[in-house]
Amino acid sequence: MSSFSVTEPSKRQKWISGLLVITYAVVTLMPLLWIIATGFKSPEDSIAYPPKVLFQPTLEGYVNLFTTQTRITPNMKDSLPEPSNWYEQIVRDKNMVIAGPSRYGQRFLNSTIIGFGSTFLSIFLGTLAAYAFSRFKVPIKDDLLFFILSTRMMPPIAVAIPIFLMYRQLGLSDSHLGMILLYTAVNLSLSVWLLKGFIDEIPLEYEEAALIDGYTRFQAFYKVVLPQAATGIASTAIFCLIFAWNEYAFAVLLTSGEAQTAPPFIPTIIGVGGQDWPAVAAGATIFLLPVMVFTIFLRKHLLRGITFGAVRK
Amino acid sequence: MSGKAVGGVVKATPSNISRKIQGLSDRAIAWIFVAPTIFLLLAINIFPLIWTIRLSFTNFRVNRMNADVKWVGLRNYERILSDPDIWLTMQATAHFLFWTLFFQVLIGFALAYLINKKFKGNDLWTTIIVLPMMLSPAVVGNFWTFLYQPQIGLFNYVVGFFSGVDPASFSMIGSVNLAPWAIVIVDTWMWTPFVMLICLAGLRSIPDSIYEAAECDRASKWRQFWTITIPMVLPFLMLAVLFRGIENFKMFDLVVQLTGGGPGSITELTSINLKREAFEKWRTGYASAYAVILFVTIFGLASIYVKALNKVKER
Repeated sequence: MSSFSVTEPSKRQKWISGLLVITYAVVTLMPLLWIIATGFKSPEDSIAYPPKVLFQPTLEGYVNLFTTQTRITPNMKDSLPEPSNWYEQIVRDKNMVIAGPSRYGQRFLNSTIIGFGSTFLSIFLGTLAAYAFSRFKVPIKDDLLFFILSTRMMPPIAVAIPIFLMYRQLGLSDSHLGMILLYTAVNLSLSVWLLKGFIDEIPLEYEEAALIDGYTRFQAFYKVVLPQAATGIASTAIFCLIFAWNEYAFAVLLTSGEAQTAPPFIPTIIGVGGQDWPAVAAGATIFLLPVMVFTIFLRKHLLRGITFGAVRK
Repeated sequence: MSGKAVGGVVKATPSNISRKIQGLSDRAIAWIFVAPTIFLLLAINIFPLIWTIRLSFTNFRVNRMNADVKWVGLRNYERILSDPDIWLTMQATAHFLFWTLFFQVLIGFALAYLINKKFKGNDLWTTIIVLPMMLSPAVVGNFWTFLYQPQIGLFNYVVGFFSGVDPASFSMIGSVNLAPWAIVIVDTWMWTPFVMLICLAGLRSIPDSIYEAAECDRASKWRQFWTITIPMVLPFLMLAVLFRGIENFKMFDLVVQLTGGGPGSITELTSINLKREAFEKWRTGYASAYAVILFVTIFGLASIYVKALNKVKER
């Protein structure tokens, strides 16, 4: 870029705008850093006034998150053998013993199963539909595409009533399969729209060449188009996964025990004597961290994913 | 192969080649590929929607499955539209919608404008700013109740530190005056990056040559901003407002975790109100009518807005 360019901002402008943006970024990051920090605080430190920035880190929150505990009397404490590992030691110091694992692990596992299951299904079905919409003349194509998009305008609570009734009839309530199918249906709109955009960008000539070489249409699809669309499919998948991972409304209304995911569970973590904020923060940290990592890796594809492909940069 | 339904590639391919293509016809493949998606959407979106519409004309209650279900016609709709509480809920939603959109557009555009100055490392900082919107609103909303605690909460402490107000003297989510702003603040914190990203795409789509031409015509920077930057970004900005508007009209997870609609029902947005009718009071028929009204409202407003958006784009 030449130094005479009229559109290149001056050094001073760059400095000022950089400073303002960084200030905003630091402020906006504070709540997230606070979550991570609180996870390593002791319960006393977490509710100290003034709020503690520097503190003695402890894994107590994480131990509380993953275990259920019962209080023991000093007599009992003396009669028990020495704690055999560090987390038992932490619990014993509070005059408690570990009674068993908490439900967090199970909830996290549910989130994983439902998240990956629904992502796989919505990508599988979405790729097929997107390919058909992109390459063939499907009757009433525009109407179908708009219909797929409009399913996103329904408030989840509005559909939740009949789905609740329907699932009860079918025996799908509070089941992994029920939630996977539901999230797939919600995610399909995103995956069809995004993937259609990606497949539209693949030149027709590749397929034509394959067809001339004697491939069937189906072979051309999975040997030529799919590899070309791999990046698009991967980033669409991560967006579907993030949606299913974060979803709360359906999860809280349609699941209670068996298939409950982590978002409705984390706010219900309550320790002995009031909300155990370090444990809540520990649960939130474990749950949010994967998404943060994905976001950083995905930053180039972000815009397209969150705008349904409406903005392509 | 019948000519009309078979399109795309094959149409452009010479007939001697298309004859060589083996296997299923394109038409069959198209249907096999689209059918599962349509089927699933019909089963999990459209069928329930029709069911909701049907229920909305009855007095059905899920917690009394065996009671007689009576057809009540439009009575549910009449009751909802004449219920003053529903209008209070609508007002709360309008307040929330207006101010979140206002702040998000203002801050989002400003940030995009600054980032577009291409200072060193702008990529990294953009990614950091984007983080909040990718996270689970329920989990983050729940944690914000901790930040909002009087005295020990970080938010109250920081506000107290800079303004001199005693951090124990106010409760963002416990006070009738502050709670509507508490949810606006968190939503703005979470979703401003969304508006920012779209504005940034808009700003980057403006070719340098337009500014260069304006410079030759000796247009002031101020004038360039209002006659080039703003009109060129406007369609993008309107798109961002559409997406955020729809999402915030449906807002549930973040606010239900933050305030649960309280104190009283001052932050009870329509979705929260609907959830209360449907899953706490179990007035299924009534709630179904409510859901239909909400969906029609969102759909109607969005359609009008999209028309306006297209007009702006055409200009």
